[in-house]
Amino acid sequence: MRLPLTAGRLLGLAILFLTLAAPARAGVFDPTAFTLDNGLQVVVVENDRAPVVSHMVFYKVGSADEEKGKSGIAHFLEHLMFKGTDTVAPGEFSAIIKRIGGQENAFTTYDYTGYYQNVAKQHLGRMMALEADRMANLKLPADQIAPELEVVREERRSRIDNDPSSLHGEQVNAATYLAYPYRIPIIGWEDEVAALTRADAEAFYRTWYAPNNAVLVVAGDVTPDEVRRLAEDTYGKIPARAVPDRTALRGGEPEQLAARRVEGTHPRIDQPSWSRRWLAPGQVWGDSTETPALEVAAEILGGGTTSRLYRALVVEQAKAVYAGAGYSPSGLGPQTFAVYASPRADVSVEDLEDAAEAEIGRLLRDGVTAEEVDAAVTRMTRGAVFSRDDSLAPARVFGTELAAGGTVADVEEWPERIGAVTPDDVLAALRKVLVDRRSVTSVLRPEPRS
Amino acid sequence: MRSLLRLAVIVLVLLPGSAFALDIQPVTSPGGVHAWLVEDHRNPILALTFSFRGGESVDPEGKEGRARMVSGLLDEGAGNLDSQAFQKALADNSITLRFDSRSDRFSGRLVTLTETRETATDLLRLALTKPRFDPEPVERIRAQISASLRRDLQSPQTIAGRTWWATSFPGHPYGRSGDGTLDSIEAVTAADLHAFTDAVLAREDLMIGAVGDISAEDLGTLLDQVFGGLPEASEAPTVADVTPVHGGETIVVDMEIPQSVVVFGQGGIDREDPDWYTANLLNRVMAGGFGSRLMEEIREKRGLVYGVWAYLLPLEHAPMMMGGLASQNARVAEAVDLVRREWARMAEAGPTQAELDDARTYLLGSFPLSLTDSGGIASILVSLQENERPIDYLDRLQEIYGGITLEDARRVAAKLYQAKELTVVVAGQPIGIEPARPSSGG
Repeated sequence: MRLPLTAGRLLGLAILFLTLAAPARAGVFDPTAFTLDNGLQVVVVENDRAPVVSHMVFYKVGSADEEKGKSGIAHFLEHLMFKGTDTVAPGEFSAIIKRIGGQENAFTTYDYTGYYQNVAKQHLGRMMALEADRMANLKLPADQIAPELEVVREERRSRIDNDPSSLHGEQVNAATYLAYPYRIPIIGWEDEVAALTRADAEAFYRTWYAPNNAVLVVAGDVTPDEVRRLAEDTYGKIPARAVPDRTALRGGEPEQLAARRVEGTHPRIDQPSWSRRWLAPGQVWGDSTETPALEVAAEILGGGTTSRLYRALVVEQAKAVYAGAGYSPSGLGPQTFAVYASPRADVSVEDLEDAAEAEIGRLLRDGVTAEEVDAAVTRMTRGAVFSRDDSLAPARVFGTELAAGGTVADVEEWPERIGAVTPDDVLAALRKVLVDRRSVTSVLRPEPRS
Repeated sequence: MRSLLRLAVIVLVLLPGSAFALDIQPVTSPGGVHAWLVEDHRNPILALTFSFRGGESVDPEGKEGRARMVSGLLDEGAGNLDSQAFQKALADNSITLRFDSRSDRFSGRLVTLTETRETATDLLRLALTKPRFDPEPVERIRAQISASLRRDLQSPQTIAGRTWWATSFPGHPYGRSGDGTLDSIEAVTAADLHAFTDAVLAREDLMIGAVGDISAEDLGTLLDQVFGGLPEASEAPTVADVTPVHGGETIVVDMEIPQSVVVFGQGGIDREDPDWYTANLLNRVMAGGFGSRLMEEIREKRGLVYGVWAYLLPLEHAPMMMGGLASQNARVAEAVDLVRREWARMAEAGPTQAELDDARTYLLGSFPLSLTDSGGIASILVSLQENERPIDYLDRLQEIYGGITLEDARRVAAKLYQAKELTVVVAGQPIGIEPARPSSGG
């Protein structure tokens, strides 16, 4: 079944694309979406550019769904998913992929866990059979657990413990959320990771890994009919199971009433950095109608070298080496709108902070111009044309969107929503989000020399 | 002029194991600029990738980082456009223009929509032929590179890497980091930057790959517009061929971190060597991801690392074989010991027939996966030319790799893997590793 689009929406898209002089084509990727009887959501994006496919499965469970005291279990289970099933030996799935020249990997985020294989198209059926097998029949041999836990601890040392910026980032994150589980690092706190067991992994797997809690996306040189047939033969055989309501389990985030500041120093920091973030609505959390305006706002304020912050702080005032802003609505929980900068050698963090505040103050006072919005919208929506260029990339786009609470229409109609943003929308959204008492400021600087 | 465009035969590249064909057309512009083109009109996008001879290895002593500065400054003002005007033209037209320096080459990448192609062509021409290097952007980019150096110089990866290269290539440009030092970045002047572009940006030894929504004829016109104004002869200084110093040393750089970071390496093999392909298969067996010998022994069986890798690095003037890992201070000695043991085992017995076959099917099967986007294909077109591969190279892969026997693999393994020559640098506070030549600081 094609994605349902109303005539009005089609017209809106056509007008938008005409103004962009892009090809008259509705939507961004024109996917085919359907759901199997057991609840598995499936999205197929055809592209015959190369004789290859990307096969991805996303589970709607991430680190923010872990039980208290078990931080890191979502990520540890992701590693253990390569340890075989009742019929496949540890490492055998990987060995099969390697022999056919495929690529594979997996990743864990706050909101979802994904697995993928990129392979020549004739191998898709086999990949689906093997991935479906580990959706239902994971087996964790006792002798595989301890070494893999050590691997995960080494991963934590590489990503976090060896890197002062990442260590500081964990502190800032924990200060950004009082209650919502985004405060806990995806890879887990070191002492809790060290104590994880096989039983923890099995319990997490049994609770969350079910076809009705997963999204299958296939992009590349394949037809929707073929994917449907293969999916019904493989994933379709797995019965649905009741899965907890993760939104309820995660709880909420209380209103922030006082500004927070996290200041750190480290002997291995030579280049100071500054940032400020505010909790913001996302595609699920809060007023999601504000998200397009916030995306446009972030582009105008801090997207690239012609943005306001870069121009003011880096070029004109020569106070910063870099400056920018970031916002993404993707995710189930409260998102953040952030600005960041790092000072030049002769500039103090305080001086830079004043300059950034002045720029933000000007924005909140005067708003943005229609020309700024037009230029930002054009850049952003043109990005949709570039994103069609990679025949495998759409798999990740749809998997991410659907596993984090979005819909196929959210992706396809994104250019339309961005195109409808006005300067007033931008100012209203910014005034609502960029409130001092709801800010978290981070400073990381060198240790004072004695 | 357009009718003068010379078009050679279209070469059909058949990928192994499939009926898929990548049409690579050699294009020569009316003005004599050569490029390889893959025409594809699915999306209104053009990706253009190119590289010149001369990179970080031609940075003068004391001005290391010059090539990197040029790469950061070519899109910061050219012709009558100052830095912000140039950047605005790129942003408003959604044009991606990036430059990059490597050891021996300087490269660039342009991605544009068809509707903005003329503007993109003009901006690229200006960047290559009329860079301004105005004081404001020069000081700004200098400050950015210095800031990023201040971060990198505290990172164990950077420190271990720099120590490794300085130890192995004393007195040669390869021994100095192309990223420069805080002092060398300060020393580079606008005149130095102009000297680099004047010498390096030339049509001699220029490799170009184009992919996307453009005909051969239109590409010919574009090539002349962009590159036609460059001088014919490259004046990039010649860098001497060199043999690395390999004493099999172990060097420890003391850093207070929980996990030691290790860089190891030895001499490798030339791309022109007939045994290059066999070496490529051997490297897959040794370090090609899950199931490879290093991953099995060091990660899967013992949980000593998250990642361990090794790769052939065929530098122009010294082919190398490099690798790395990171492991907690208490157990890193065991991990390094296993690398040496696997090196010796490979030299002694080579791979098994099954390992060799798997490596071969991997290499042949994986190629189409790099052909899924315009930019990726354009990069491949340039790297094939840089490596002096024939235009039908992809079509010959089956033939090239199919003929490699176990005997070949054993012979090349015995020659290539020299555990005694492996120089190892450890940054951290490793327990049980005795430095063969202690060193302090990076």
